[in-house]
Amino acid sequence: MIKHKIHILVCGGTGCKSSNSDLLVSTLRNELIENGLDKEVQVVLTGCFGFCEQGPIVKVLPDNIFYVGVKPDDAHEIIAEHIIKGRKVQRLLYVDPKTKERIQDAKGMNFYKKQLRIALRNCGFIDPESIDESIARDGYAALAKVLTELTPAETVQIVKQSGLRGRGGGGFSTGLKWEITAKSQADQKYVVCNADEGDPGAFMDRSILEGDPHTVIEAMAINGYCTGADKGLVYIRAEYPLAIERLKIAIKQAREYGLLGQDIFGTGFNFDIDLRYGAGAFVCGEETALIHSMEGERGEPTFKPPFPSEEGYLGKPTNVNNVETYANIPPIILQGAEWFSSIGTEKSKGTKVFALAGKVNNVGLVEVPMGTTLREVIFEIGGGIKGNKKFKAVQTGGPSGGCLTEKHLDIPIDYDNLIACGSMMGSGGMIIVDEDDCMVSMAKYYLDFTVEESCGKCSPCRIGNKRLYEILETITKGKGTVEDLDRLRNLSEVIKDTSLCGLGQTSPNPVLSTLDNFLDEYEAHVKDHKCPAGQCRDLMTYWIEPENCVGCTACARVCPVSAISGERKEVHIIDAALCIKCGACLEKCKFNAVYVS
Amino acid sequence: MSSIKVELHENQVNELVEVCKSFSNDPFELIHVLHKAQSIFGYLPAEVQEIVARELKIPVAKVYGVVTFYSFFSMIPKGQNPISICMGTACYVRGAEKVLEEFKRKLAVEVGETTKDGRFSLNCLRCVGACGLAPVVMVGDKTYGRVSPDGVQEILAEYM
Ligand SMILES: Cc1cc2nc3c(=O)[nH]c(=O)nc-3n(C[C@H](O)[C@H](O)[C@H](O)COP(=O)(O)O)c2cc1C
Ligand code: SF4
Ligand code: SF4
Ligand code: FES
Repeated sequence: MIKHKIHILVCGGTGCKSSNSDLLVSTLRNELIENGLDKEVQVVLTGCFGFCEQGPIVKVLPDNIFYVGVKPDDAHEIIAEHIIKGRKVQRLLYVDPKTKERIQDAKGMNFYKKQLRIALRNCGFIDPESIDESIARDGYAALAKVLTELTPAETVQIVKQSGLRGRGGGGFSTGLKWEITAKSQADQKYVVCNADEGDPGAFMDRSILEGDPHTVIEAMAINGYCTGADKGLVYIRAEYPLAIERLKIAIKQAREYGLLGQDIFGTGFNFDIDLRYGAGAFVCGEETALIHSMEGERGEPTFKPPFPSEEGYLGKPTNVNNVETYANIPPIILQGAEWFSSIGTEKSKGTKVFALAGKVNNVGLVEVPMGTTLREVIFEIGGGIKGNKKFKAVQTGGPSGGCLTEKHLDIPIDYDNLIACGSMMGSGGMIIVDEDDCMVSMAKYYLDFTVEESCGKCSPCRIGNKRLYEILETITKGKGTVEDLDRLRNLSEVIKDTSLCGLGQTSPNPVLSTLDNFLDEYEAHVKDHKCPAGQCRDLMTYWIEPENCVGCTACARVCPVSAISGERKEVHIIDAALCIKCGACLEKCKFNAVYVS
Repeated sequence: MSSIKVELHENQVNELVEVCKSFSNDPFELIHVLHKAQSIFGYLPAEVQEIVARELKIPVAKVYGVVTFYSFFSMIPKGQNPISICMGTACYVRGAEKVLEEFKRKLAVEVGETTKDGRFSLNCLRCVGACGLAPVVMVGDKTYGRVSPDGVQEILAEYM
C-alpha cells in the first residue's frame, strides 16, 4: 500500500452526494494531479459524518481541519491554500451560531461534544469500499477473537451481559435472542439483518451500511458462530441503491480475504451472506412479514409465537437483528461487556443513534449515550429550533411513536422512559416540530402513512386506521365535533388491543399522544373551527389589508390561480372563492399587507 | 388487469426467461425476479406477470398479489423523467406537501400518474436519507434539495 501523508476525507453519504460531493472528489483529485501531489495526498470518499445540515463536509487529516458546505468550486482553494501553503481556508470553517467564532476541529462543535460514537465509530473515518481501512480500525478483530478464543456459549454470554437491546424498535435483549436461536434444534439455521428501515424520516441504518458495511458483515458472522447458522441474509430496501452497492462490494472483499466462505481463519467455521431486496412495504420491517417477503410472498405478518428464533425463514430457526444492533457487537466483543454496560441507564445500555430532523438547526445523525436528555439532543447537539421559532414537540418512534412536549425535555432517554411518557424509542427517528405545525395535521400525516402501509390482513388495522384518518380529516376541515375526540380515543384503544402485529398495535399512538398533550389544539379545531398553528388550509382565509397595500402587484403575479385583482398602485383584493390558500401571496408581499386568519 | 395488450420485445422476453433460469425458476425468488423484470421493462404489465408466472410455475394471481402488495412495483409505465417527491416526515414538516401540490398543478396529474405526452410521471416516496436538504425532490437519479413551490417551474424547465 502507498502511504499517503495527508488524507482529505469527503462525505459520501446520501445527503452530501445529493449536494454534489462526487464532483467535489473528482475536482480535488484533478487539482492534486495538476500539482503533482497525488502521491502524497489521498482523497477518500467516506460514509456520513452525521452533520448533514452543513454538508458537504470535508475533513483534512492529520491537521484535523473540518470544512463545511464545500462546493466543487472550493476544491482549488483547499488544495492551493491548505495543502500547498498550509493555510486553513477560513471561510469554509464552521461558524458557531452563538459565539460567531470559526471552529476548525469537530471536537469544538456543540454538535459533536456530547456525542459518543460506538455504532457510528467508523462512519466518516474510513473508505467504506476498502476492507483494508476497515481492518486498520479493528475490523474483523472481534470475529477473529470469538473464533479462536471463545466458545459460542461464552460469546453469547458476553452479549447478554453487555445489556444490549435490539435497536430496531422492540428493545428485546440481543443476547437472549441469540441464546434462544442457539438452543433451537435444526439442521439449518439462518442469521438475518433487518435493513428495511421503514420509519419515514430516519436514516441511521442506511448511514451505517453506507459508511461501515464491514461491521455488519462481521457481526452477522459472529452471530452465525454463536447460533450455529452458516447462512446470513440481509433484507435491504431497494430504495437504498448506495447502501446496496457498498454492501455488495464489502461482501465480495470479505470473501476474497477469506473472512466469509469456508473455513474462516482456519477454524472450520463456514459462513456466507446473500442479499434480499425489499420492495417498498413498511410492514416488511416486522420480522415475520420480512421473512415471508424473503420467501417471495406478500409481506404479511403472522402470529407470534412461533418466534423466528424457533421457526423462521423456510421454517428454520432464524435470528433477526437490526443493522445498528449488529454495529454494536464488535466493540462489545473487543472491549468487553462491562465497558458497554457502564454506558447508559439502568435498563438501557450503550448508545442510541438518532436521525435528528425537522425544524431543528442541525439536522443530522446523532449518537448519544442512553440517558441523555431530549433537551441536550435538541438544544445543544441540535442547536435549537430553526429561525428562532418556539419549540412545540418532538416526535420519536416514527409512525409507532408519539409526540412529546416541553415537559418531557428533561427526561433521560431510554426504552422504558419513552414508553412511560406515551412514545417509544422506535428505530431512532426524531422529528422536531415548532409553533407553526398543527398537531392534528401531524397525527393525520402519520395515519395517512399507516393506512397506506397496513397490509390489510386484519380488520382493526385495515378499517380502524382508515376511520381514524377520516375523523382526523373531518377535524382539520373544521367539520369535527367534540364527540369526535371521544371517538378517536375509543377507536384507538380498540385498534391497539385487537391488531395482529406491531404495526396496528402501535399505529394509534400518534393520535393518543397528541390528544394527551395537545388537547387544546384539537378543541380549537372542533369548537372554534380554528387552527392555532395556521396550518389547516380549510380553516384559513387570506385577505389584503387596504391600509398596507401599496399596489405593487407582487401578490397578483405569484398567485397561481389569478385570485387577486387590482390595478397597479391601487389596493388589491383576494377573491376568496377562487383562492386555493397556497400562501404564495403572503410570502411575496413586502408590505405586510396580506393577512391570514 | 388492463385489457389493452402490450407488445413486448422479443429480446426483452428472452432476457426475462434467462433471468428466471438464473434463479433456477425457484418460486421463492419471485421478488428477486420481479425486481429484474421491472428493470428490463421499466414496469410490470400483465403480460410480463404472465411470463413470470409461467416460468416459475405459479398462478398469475400469486404474481399479481405480490406485484400489487409492494409499492416499488408498478403496473403503469413511468414517464421519461420520473419525479419523486419525498413525503418522509422531515420533508413533510419542512413543506413537502406544498411542493407536491405545485407539481400536481403544473403537470396536471395526480400522484401515480404519467403526463399525456409521457414526459413526466409523479410519485411520492418516503425518506431518501437526505433529510438535511428537506424538502427533497428527485427527478430520475438527480436530487434537488430545499425545494420551494416557487422552484418547481425551474426544475421542470430543465427537462422541457
Ligand atoms: C410495523 C413494524 C415495522 C418494523 N420496522 C423495522 C425496521 O424497519 N427495521 C428494524 O430493524 N426493525 C423493524 N421492526 C422490528 C422488527 O420486527 C424486529 O423486532 C427487529 O428487526 C429485531 O431486531 P433487533 O432485536 O435487533 O431490534 C418493525 C416492527 C414492526 C411491528
Ligand atoms: S396490524 Fe395491520 S399491518 Fe399488522 S397484520 Fe394487521 S393489517 Fe397487517
Ligand atoms: S393564498 Fe395563494 S391562491 Fe390565495 S390569493 Fe394568495 S397567492 Fe392566490
Ligand atoms: S424525510 Fe425526505 S429525505 Fe428524509
